[in-house]
Amino acid sequence: MIRLEKRAAPSTKAAILSPLIAIALTVACGLLMIQAAGKSPGDAVDAYFLFPFNDLKAYFAAGEEARASLLYQPAEVVLKAIPLALIGVGLAVAFRAGIFNIGAAGQYILGAIFAGAVALYAPDTTPQIILLPACLIAGTLGGLLWALIPAFLRVRAGASEILTSLMLTYVAGYLLDWVVRGPWRDPLGFGFPQSREFPEATAMPLLLEGTRLHWGLFVMLAVVAAVWFAMARTITGFRVNITGLAPRAAHFAGFQQGRTIYVVFLLSGALAGLAGALETTAIIGQLQPEISAEYGFAAIIVAFLGRLHPVGVLLAALVLALTYIGGENAQITLGLPRNATLVFQGMLLLFLLACDAMIHYRLRWRTTARV
Amino acid sequence: MTSGNATPPRSVLFEARSIAKSFGDVHANRDISLDVAMGEKLALLGENGAGKSTFVKMIDGVLRPDRGEFLWRGKPVSISSPAVARQLGIGMVFQHFSTFEALTVGENLALALPKLSKRAIGKKAAELSDKYGLTLRLSRRVEALSAGEKQRVEIVRALIQTPKLLILDEPTSVLTPQEADRLFETLDALAADGMALIYISHRLPEIRQLCDRATILRQGAVVATCDPKTTPLSQIAEMMIGKTADPIRRTGSYVGAARLKVDNLSISVPEGTSLKKISFNARRGEILAIAGVAGEGQEALFSALSGEIPARRAKSITLSDKPIGAMGPTRRRRLGIAFAPEQRLGHAAVGDFPLSENLRITRHGLRGGETSLKARAAKIREAFDVRAGAGDPKAATLSGGNLQKFVMGREIDREPEVFVVAQPTWGVDAGAASFIRNELMRMTEKGAAVVVISQDLEEIFQIADRVAVLHRGELSETFAIDALTPERIGLLMSGSDIADLEMVDNTPEPRPQPKLVASNDAASVPPASASAVLSEPVRTVETETASAPPSTPAPPKPPPPQAPTRLSTRGTTSVQWTPPESFHPVRPEQ
Amino acid sequence: MEAFLIAVIVAATPFLFAATGELVAERSGVLNLGVEGMMLLGAVAAFATALTTGSSLMGIAAGAAAGMAGAFLFVIVALGFTANQAATGLALTIFGTGASGLIGKDFVGQALAPMPKFTVPEALADNAAARILLAHDGMVFGAVALVILVWAWLNFTRTGLRLRAVGDDHGSAQALGLGVLKVRSLAVLFGGACAGLGGAYLSLVYTPLWAEDMTAGRGWIALALVVFASWRPLRLFIGALIFAAFDQARNYRETLDIDIPSQFLSMAPYLATIIALVVISLASRRSDAPACLGRDFRPDR
Repeated sequence: MIRLEKRAAPSTKAAILSPLIAIALTVACGLLMIQAAGKSPGDAVDAYFLFPFNDLKAYFAAGEEARASLLYQPAEVVLKAIPLALIGVGLAVAFRAGIFNIGAAGQYILGAIFAGAVALYAPDTTPQIILLPACLIAGTLGGLLWALIPAFLRVRAGASEILTSLMLTYVAGYLLDWVVRGPWRDPLGFGFPQSREFPEATAMPLLLEGTRLHWGLFVMLAVVAAVWFAMARTITGFRVNITGLAPRAAHFAGFQQGRTIYVVFLLSGALAGLAGALETTAIIGQLQPEISAEYGFAAIIVAFLGRLHPVGVLLAALVLALTYIGGENAQITLGLPRNATLVFQGMLLLFLLACDAMIHYRLRWRTTARV
Repeated sequence: MTSGNATPPRSVLFEARSIAKSFGDVHANRDISLDVAMGEKLALLGENGAGKSTFVKMIDGVLRPDRGEFLWRGKPVSISSPAVARQLGIGMVFQHFSTFEALTVGENLALALPKLSKRAIGKKAAELSDKYGLTLRLSRRVEALSAGEKQRVEIVRALIQTPKLLILDEPTSVLTPQEADRLFETLDALAADGMALIYISHRLPEIRQLCDRATILRQGAVVATCDPKTTPLSQIAEMMIGKTADPIRRTGSYVGAARLKVDNLSISVPEGTSLKKISFNARRGEILAIAGVAGEGQEALFSALSGEIPARRAKSITLSDKPIGAMGPTRRRRLGIAFAPEQRLGHAAVGDFPLSENLRITRHGLRGGETSLKARAAKIREAFDVRAGAGDPKAATLSGGNLQKFVMGREIDREPEVFVVAQPTWGVDAGAASFIRNELMRMTEKGAAVVVISQDLEEIFQIADRVAVLHRGELSETFAIDALTPERIGLLMSGSDIADLEMVDNTPEPRPQPKLVASNDAASVPPASASAVLSEPVRTVETETASAPPSTPAPPKPPPPQAPTRLSTRGTTSVQWTPPESFHPVRPEQ
Repeated sequence: MEAFLIAVIVAATPFLFAATGELVAERSGVLNLGVEGMMLLGAVAAFATALTTGSSLMGIAAGAAAGMAGAFLFVIVALGFTANQAATGLALTIFGTGASGLIGKDFVGQALAPMPKFTVPEALADNAAARILLAHDGMVFGAVALVILVWAWLNFTRTGLRLRAVGDDHGSAQALGLGVLKVRSLAVLFGGACAGLGGAYLSLVYTPLWAEDMTAGRGWIALALVVFASWRPLRLFIGALIFAAFDQARNYRETLDIDIPSQFLSMAPYLATIIALVVISLASRRSDAPACLGRDFRPDR
């Protein structure tokens, strides 16, 4: 039996090692499963992890005209990482303060709805140039307002933010379902549950020809950098950190917990909303019932895997993005079902949480000497 | 030294021989031997940290002794778990309630008795209630009970297993005097039926009221065993505290105008003791000690002063005549007041933060407070002799004494005008303790007012100029230190009034009576009193610069007041002090 | 109207199973957000087993076992390694959703014969109430019995008392030697088995077929239901019927002449739960909310 022994101080080494071990364990278990399913583990590694790099290698080897298509898959990985990192970095801040906003999916959906409202119903006279920024700002605001609800209920009533933010996610989902089937349904859409297509001007300009990668990447990078700066260099970052580590010391330092809860909820909600707005305007181009809101849950894995640190979140977002794209790729090349991706994501988080015990505890084999 | 009555020979039920227990390099119990006979009520006395709780946890099987043995009816026994203790016949009533709030009284009892049916439990509880007056309504939820009733649940839960030895750890700490009296009647009846009791407390009057014998612990060892009914309380108090070391008293006194004034401050806290109409003031150049045993309202007082719990009335706390009661900690710090709480990790400092970030905790929002934190931290480490790893180590890696020196240094380095510190030397080694005390005194030489909330009488006598005692959320008058002896403070801390003291303590005293001088409110004190004398050097100090300690000669010893003034904390003239209605910290029973 | 009421009772059954299990886990102080995942595991295992063995009973047993297996992961990670319970529960849901899809991919599109329903005795056949209450399959009655048994067990037995004590104050429970981690582990495993039964009901009776993600958020509703019932088993009946009525009202909008968009009916359970949670949190008197819910516990030595 393994016994856990409390460490005097949390181990930084274990904190860095833990996600690496968790990834290794997930890959090992995944390959065992794939072998058990009668598929070649080597092909699976290729399909899941190496193909974007293979494509990149090929890109530099290929001639001018063949190049563009080879960039497509690597760009998809980066593209998926945009919403994951945006949401994940906000959640990382909330988790650091010890506040469990697990309703990012709902905030993402509200971001999409608000952005959609602007895109669909902005007066025709609106200058084209401000349409996209207006959409993004509206989306940010939407996520922020949705996050305000659990924050308010926690501060004023002491209601568990875990439960309220989660419940609101489902409310948001049905709200979206309603708008696209009801008031905002495209009258020319043959009855499909979807809105009109957004105006051309709301689409993010593309970054790379032949791919779907857009300028939202720089929005994401700017946000991550800003959050990193705020957490490392400003009093708000200090406030968030101390509140999570030692609430009593935070109070002694003069930081009221209620305000901290608002700050982190509004930030994480706003970023989730921004991600939702970006995803709908840049990728989907209209509102529909299914807008990849599961990013809101995957971003929780991103935040934990990234050690609640902005730079770590950026890397973790790429890892998670790889499981999505790799999953799609393996679906085609290996015939693995789409759900395999979720299995790997779930395993990754389970392993990671178990490995994180190393940070606060020393693992000892139980000896018979002591009771 | 047993009671002198012609009682039948003692039949010893339980004996401890040379018990020792260490945690790391802290020797909680060095060498404890005691015994208790059937029908005997033994008091286990000692200050906080004397090792009482560790010792009883070993009797209860929660901890295991490193050395020594326990004997039950003369035979050595190994108490390896609480279950073994129950089987032997040892019952335990914990200091902190270990009842389940959401469960009913009956359910709480049932949990301790896995083998009995509900009806049998009800029957037994009814028997106990008849016999000892421990009335309980089994269907009530514990959360709805008063503290006294919860205590009764604990006691019945222990008694229902028909123990032969019952251990009670500070059972009256949350009880009203009436509830405590009722408890004592029960305990007397139990002992009359042959049960042995070990009663842990530091409240001397109740020991005298209840117990036949008293074993006194100090620093993990037995100092003496005596009869509390005949031994003078002052002598017991001295045995508990030990001979106080010679004060490190400074040569001069620089007392000036009041800096921090607290006026009729009441704070109610959900957990712990609330404050009731507290008033005091701390003056330039003095150390004011707030004495009191743990849990008498110190936490609430510190939180109220630091701004963690703002006061309802802004004017109930004033700093240099500016009302600060409504402000939060940061705004108060800006006005030149500093705080150091009792709990080092998790309150004063964050273990996961490096020292420089820990500096930020009380520096942010201050003018220039956040510039070059690392250099500042290094400077503090040097000035306050903080020994720690190289660079900017995490606070959790520092030893208790070094972290405390850093926390003290962090505040003193700011040169605050007022410094409020709780238990400045709690659990630190002797070297660090004397270093910290010297630093506190040096602050006053520079004109600061220092408020020390402390349980450590030795410390108070070493450094304090004046003392007030906190008891059940109320603060006594402030006394000049020269007018007090350790025994007298000890008695005040244990809840006895000066009036009681003079009644019960007839031992001859070398000094003329009365010797206690009240100086709570400087304006109302007659000119002949000590504070008038102490206020003499005000002018000297205020013309001095803070940097150079003035070399004024020591002020003359305060002369004894002309007329014998009767002292009573509430200004009543009767000898027997009766608590006012609002006194009880616990809500009255319905 | 009669069809609607029968449908409500049927729809309430998976809620009852899953919520009862989660209620037991929460009363021991553990918040397991993995209900949805455990239900899906139960659903797919039950369907696969019933289809291959041809036995509904085997299917039900397999469903319970699969839910319990999912709960076992939670026990190891959240209780054994003291990981954050909310995160572990989410991981379990993600994992369970994926794994059930993997296991069930060959069963998509196949159908089972529905379980037999109780035939209402002829003497009562004219009575509408009897038809509504009695014309059901065995699992409906099983769910009702389960709730009542759990209620009686929690309130009238020694082990139920022990479980409530552990959820109320794990420090005191440890001091009395009640074995906090053991009690919690068993409670979570029981919760997993119940969630598995809820899933089994969906795939064996309710639809009866297997489809990816077929629980469609019912696990989350079950979780909400526990809060809505303020942790009291018998109140689960009321909550489950109300939530199921909202669920079924969508299908019977015309018959019932409801003018509200179906999405608002669907979100009503969640909103009701938020309101219930706020009311419970604001109440000055303590409710049956376990005081230690979601808090980490590691014994000193």
